[in-house]
Amino acid sequence: MTEAVMVPMEHGLALAAILFSIGLIGVMVRRNIILILMSIEVMLNACGLAFIVAGARWGAADGQIMFMIILTIAAAEVSVGLGLLLQVHRRLRTIDIDSASRLQG
Amino acid sequence: MTIELILFYLAATVSLVSTILALTRYNAAHALIYLIISLLASAIIFYLVGAPFAAVLEIVIYAGAIMVLFVFVVMILNLGSRGDHQEHEWLNPRMWLMPALLCLVLFLEIVYVLSFTSEGLSGVVVAPKTVGIKLFGPYVLAVEIASMLLLAGLVGAYHLGRRYLSDARGGDQ
Repeated sequence: MTEAVMVPMEHGLALAAILFSIGLIGVMVRRNIILILMSIEVMLNACGLAFIVAGARWGAADGQIMFMIILTIAAAEVSVGLGLLLQVHRRLRTIDIDSASRLQG
Repeated sequence: MTIELILFYLAATVSLVSTILALTRYNAAHALIYLIISLLASAIIFYLVGAPFAAVLEIVIYAGAIMVLFVFVVMILNLGSRGDHQEHEWLNPRMWLMPALLCLVLFLEIVYVLSFTSEGLSGVVVAPKTVGIKLFGPYVLAVEIASMLLLAGLVGAYHLGRRYLSDARGGDQ
């Protein structure tokens, strides 16, 4: 197989946009904190996908470097988020985000 | 329509289906399985568009390290009297049918890509060497910022988790 036709960039970006929208809807609809964190992961992954596809369109390495930075952000975010989740579970005995709507009391 | 496009659309379909299934599950463990499949599908898409290093990172860090954190927390929170019932529910074969099917599609795809085609289906493959030279050349400041961000995440997670552990030890036992 010689020079194959590249995946059209528009379709890759459309996939990233759809995945991002699914994650956004998940953040807004779900009330379970674990599922909300997973929705945020989906959104970050969609951003990374957009960077990779756009970088591959011009054969540049910059897209992969931005993907690595997004990976770092996701790792830091999920560690702090899961620590907060354990705190909420310890104090309120539930992982429903609505029960944590008041900070004091 | 070339074979590469077919593989791309197949992986994209698997990614969309598993993501939608992940965010509509009631059980967090089932959602995690579908989310991992979604990340594996993303890794295959990365490989198809010519970013093999990003594909490896996606599997090692996203589907490996970050998802293990989620699994730990799900297991910590599920300790209780209804654990046996839930474990029985998780091992229900019907629950594994759909994830196994989606995984099988991805597995056949990667077997086909690795055995029947040349390395990298896309026209341009950005090698890991290029990425590394760029990362520690013009983007070295981004590496520093990422390390500081990880340090902040480490300190934050330690602070939040330390009080959780010490209170549980002092209060219950």
